[in-house]
Formats: sequence, C-alpha cells, structure tokens
Amino acid sequence: MSIIVDTDTRLVVSGLTGREGSFHGLRNRAYGTDLVAGVTPGKGGQDVEGVPIYDTIAEAVQEAGANTSMIFVPARFASAAIDEAIDSGARTVIAITEGIPVQDMLRTYWKAREAGVRLIGPNCPGVLSPGKANVGIIPAQFFDPGKIGVVSKSGTLTYQIGNELKQAGEGNSSIVGIGGDPIVGSDFIDVLTLFEADEETELIVMVGEIGGDAEERAAEFIAESVSKPVVAYIAGFTAPPGKQMGHAGAIISGSSGTAQAKKEALEAKGVRVGESPTEAARIAVETLRG
Amino acid sequence: MDLLEYQGKQLFAKHGVSVPGGEVADTVEEAVAAAERVGFPCAIKAQVLIGGRGKAGGIKIAADAGEARAHAGAILGMEITGPHGEGPFTVHRVWIEGGSDIDAEYYASVILDRSEKKMLAMVSSRGGMDIEAVAAEDPGALIRRHIDPTREFDAAAARAIVDDAGLAEDVRDAAADVLVRLHEVATTEDATLIEVNPLIVTADREVVALDAKVTIDGNALFRHEDLAEIADSAVEDPQEAMAKERGLTYVKLDGNVGILGNGAGLCMATLDVVAQAGGDPANFLDAGGGSKAEAIVSALEVITSDPKVTAVLFNIFGGITRCDEVARGIIEASKQIDLKVPLVVRLDGTNSEEGLRLLEEAQIPGLEVESTMLGAAKRVVELANP
Repeated sequence: MSIIVDTDTRLVVSGLTGREGSFHGLRNRAYGTDLVAGVTPGKGGQDVEGVPIYDTIAEAVQEAGANTSMIFVPARFASAAIDEAIDSGARTVIAITEGIPVQDMLRTYWKAREAGVRLIGPNCPGVLSPGKANVGIIPAQFFDPGKIGVVSKSGTLTYQIGNELKQAGEGNSSIVGIGGDPIVGSDFIDVLTLFEADEETELIVMVGEIGGDAEERAAEFIAESVSKPVVAYIAGFTAPPGKQMGHAGAIISGSSGTAQAKKEALEAKGVRVGESPTEAARIAVETLRG
Repeated sequence: MDLLEYQGKQLFAKHGVSVPGGEVADTVEEAVAAAERVGFPCAIKAQVLIGGRGKAGGIKIAADAGEARAHAGAILGMEITGPHGEGPFTVHRVWIEGGSDIDAEYYASVILDRSEKKMLAMVSSRGGMDIEAVAAEDPGALIRRHIDPTREFDAAAARAIVDDAGLAEDVRDAAADVLVRLHEVATTEDATLIEVNPLIVTADREVVALDAKVTIDGNALFRHEDLAEIADSAVEDPQEAMAKERGLTYVKLDGNVGILGNGAGLCMATLDVVAQAGGDPANFLDAGGGSKAEAIVSALEVITSDPKVTAVLFNIFGGITRCDEVARGIIEASKQIDLKVPLVVRLDGTNSEEGLRLLEEAQIPGLEVESTMLGAAKRVVELANP
C-alpha cells in the first residue's frame, strides 16, 4: 500500500494540451502512472500522444474511468477547474497551480469537504508513490520505494531530503506535497492520518515552514493519534515578521507562525526536529534503524 | 499586500462604510493647506504599514495652522518601528482628517482564520486600545464568530454578533450594517484582514471607521486593477523594485551574504543554514522551480546591486530545474556582470554532473564549488567576512 496515488490510480489531467500540462502529464505516464485522459474545453475528440482529450472532467470519469484529477490550469481559472473536478465523480483532486486567490480557495475547500473528495494542494508538487505512480511535478529519480512517508509544504526541500534519504539507502512509501498556500485542501493532520494507517509506512518525515499554525496543530495530533515515529524539519528561522517568503502562506504575522514556535511545539510532543534538511534526513535514518 | 490607512478608508467608503473626510499630503506645505481645507481641529496621521503609530508619536491633533505645521514637520520623515519589531519605516506621507466627536470606541474585524478555513468576525465594545491585551485580560469582551463561506453573511447574522458584544442598543443596527459591509470588502476586494480599531460612535450616534487596517491577497491582484497599482507603487527598496520588475521573488534583509535558491522552502532553509554558520543573509531570492539561464543572470544582477553584499551563495537542488541550465546562467552572468564579490555554488540534483563540469571548464575567477549545503554555507560566510 501507499497513500493517495497507487497502481489503481487512473489519471485525468486538466490542461494536458498546455505546455506545462503535457510535459508533466506525459512524464507521469512515462513513470508508469495510468494516464487515461486529458481535459480541455473545446478540444474534446483530440489526443495528446495517444491520450484522449475530453471537453469535461465528468466525461473523462465516465468514459475513460478516471478516478484522480490533476489540475494544471492557470490561477484565474483554477478554482473553477477544481470545482468541476469535485463534481465530476473523481475521488482525488491534485491541484498543482500556484497563485489561486484565498477567497476562491475558501469556497472550493468546503465544496471538496462536503463532497468527500480528497483535495491536495493547490500550489503543491503533487504526490509520488515510488515504483507505483507519480501525479504532479516531483522528480521521481530522487526517490526509491521504501518505508518513509514524507509530507511537506515545500517542493525543492522535499527533493533535497529525499535525495539524502536515498543516498543513505532508504526509500519512501509516498511523498505528499501539501502546498505552501494559506488554504490547502489537505493539511499535515490529514496526511499524517493516512500514513498512520498505511502498513508500508514505518516512519514519517514532516517538512514545515513559517506561517499559520498547521505544524503546531500537527504536534498535538501526533501526541494523541500517531504511533509511528515522526521527524520534522522547519524552514524559515531567519524570516523577519511581516515579510512574505515566496509561498503565499509563508509570512509571520504578529507573534504567531514563527519557526521557533513550531519547533518548540513539535519537540514538546516528542518529535525530533532537524536543524537542517541534512540533519533531519540523518535523524530519520537513525530512528528507522533503531 | 498591506494598505495604508487612507487607502483602506477609501476602500471602505467605496463599500458604504462611513469614514471621516480627509486628504493626503507628502510635504509640510501640502499638509498645512490640507488642514486648512479639512478644518480645525484635525488629526495628522503618519501613513506607515504598522500598528502602534499613536504611541510612537505618529498621530497628532492640530488646533490651528501653526500646530498643523509643527506636527506635520515632526511626523514627515519620522522613523517608526512596529510593536513586533517591524521596520523601521520612514514616514513619507500623512493623512489629515477632520476631528471626530467620540462617544464610544468599539472594535471590529474580519480576518482569514487559516486553521478553521473560514473568515472570522470579531467585535468588541472595548475598542481604541490594544485588542490583544483586551482579549487576554477579559476574553468575554471580544466576541468571535466564524462566517460560513458557503452561506450569505446577512444583517441578522451580523446583528447577533453585535448583540453578543453588548454595543449600545441604539447603534446596533448601524454596527451590524458596518460588519456586513466589511465582510463584503473581504470577499469582493479579496482582503484577508480587515481591522477597524476604533470603530467609533459619534456624538450624532453615527458609526464611523476611525482607522483601517487592510491586507489584500497578492494572488488576487489580477482582478483588482486599482489595488494592483497600489502594489506597484508601494515597493520602496531599490532591489525589491528591480526584482519585482523582473518577476523575481525577492525579499531584502539586513546582512551581507547574498542568497539565491530555487523553491521557496529551500531558499528559506538556505537562509537558516547561513545564519547557523554565523552569517547574516542579505536577501531571500527564489529563482523559481524551472530556473533558466536568463533568470539566473537577472537574479544575480539584483543580488549584487545591493552594496552591502560581500559574497553570494547559489544553492540549487535541481528537480524540474536542470543544473546545467543554472551553470550556463552563472557563466553567462559572469560575462555580462562585472562580479566584484566571490561566489559559492552548490549544485545538486538533475544534471548536476554536467553543470559542475561546465563550471569547472569556465574557470570563473572568484567562483568556488561546494558539494553540500552546509559546506557551502560555511564557506560563503568565511568569504563574506574576511
């Protein structure tokens, strides 16, 4: 088992006819993901390298049997595309698009919750289950199959840590990029719940960053509901208050959301926090090998 | 993006929230003339993006033209530091508004609650002071209610909050109306924070927003032309302005170690390891997920245009980004820019062997390669502080 994407994933990509969408969609297929359809309104009936294009996601679900939707649509149209995916019957929606307004995501978040659809992202690199399926833009070459689950707000930081784990001879059950926006479909707690239940996962690495209180809430949740060891890394100790550090969610407002507060909250619940990505990877390997 | 008080008030007025009339001024002469038009007494208020202006001497009441001149002279050019260490910000503009007869001071806000994924409305009858202190001392005095994003926030829902907050009976409908309109500002103008402290009741029993703190979602500027213009004009720092023009994500910091990373998380982590190694980062610069050669040239120009920078660290982990592209960018930059500071480069990930080979061949003076992030951080700190 893995989480969120697996060998039974049947993928439909919204924006497959676009430059980014076709590059990454076909890359996902080359990795072994079952890419069954693309969606671009008005281009139904065409194909991209043999992948049939439909006008709507619902058609792709009904006619091509898609169960997972990936959104590669420009920001101003993206929340409407996610809404369409939620209504289509797909059970999982992975939104890669960055720059979606918060007010749009507030509505879309609750729509997904009410429909019982798992939404990952937006502004995330997607989900990779090594050896099984890759949905998104995570470069699969840095990850081998293994026992470590990774959940992260950041893309490149995840690749860095994944590479260090691989060099140490360890691999991953799944790597989940939840995204760095203020409102994301799935938070640390949602993904920790899945890893806790996943038989293949023996240890969880959590990569957080400044802004919000998702890490603090995850710390409480870990203490109460996660039996597997969790190792964390937090980025942004040197970030000044009031400045947004790249990700729309990475901003310290007032006295909350600092890296120090997050580190202390996690350590108070017994989670070891690495000082650097390298150290977090080292602690994970040590802990796993006992 | 934060709005200045007067910009927030203009947005409130657009949505039918009462605000005192006033004018902006950038010089003492303009301020005196504006004060004459507004009438005395009037308030002269520093326009900077932080709280605690009053305590810092940035808000003064002028009874006549002489006082207006003295206060405007003192406030314009003043440096103000925020309560959480933000800034210091230099005051370039003041807002002059008519004095208000204040009968009562309330507090009202509509802010994004990331944890609950809802907007949160807060109202208190104890406005005019630090609301965090009020909440800490008497939690019952601050009424907090989440707003369901899937339903309409109407007068009845707003009235229930106002009732619970115990505002004066005769102004409750008016206060509820203000709350509905503030929520409308949030949803239609894409604000993630709207705070009015104080929301006053005048001697005529009118409910007026005497202050305005508004944060606009930068991701939504594409649908607000007027606000996008404010965003463009708000950037003061020369490097930040240069970066914005080039579409780079750059944040100026105080130190001397220039930093370029790819991806927001890795870039933040790079600042942290440089600080751990005893260095002082000069900036945050995320070259983005798919950094191409020209982006690297552009980024390096921005970083080295900061005269404080004495060494630069490139920390690249190639995922989608290809390290050979980055190396080509560095080589190109070394030809185009007269690099006066040493450069430490760490390239790992996709096509790193090819990238490192290209750098080796190019033999760029002052460029050193390190194989790990920690090693690179240590080395750049040594070079930055000889």
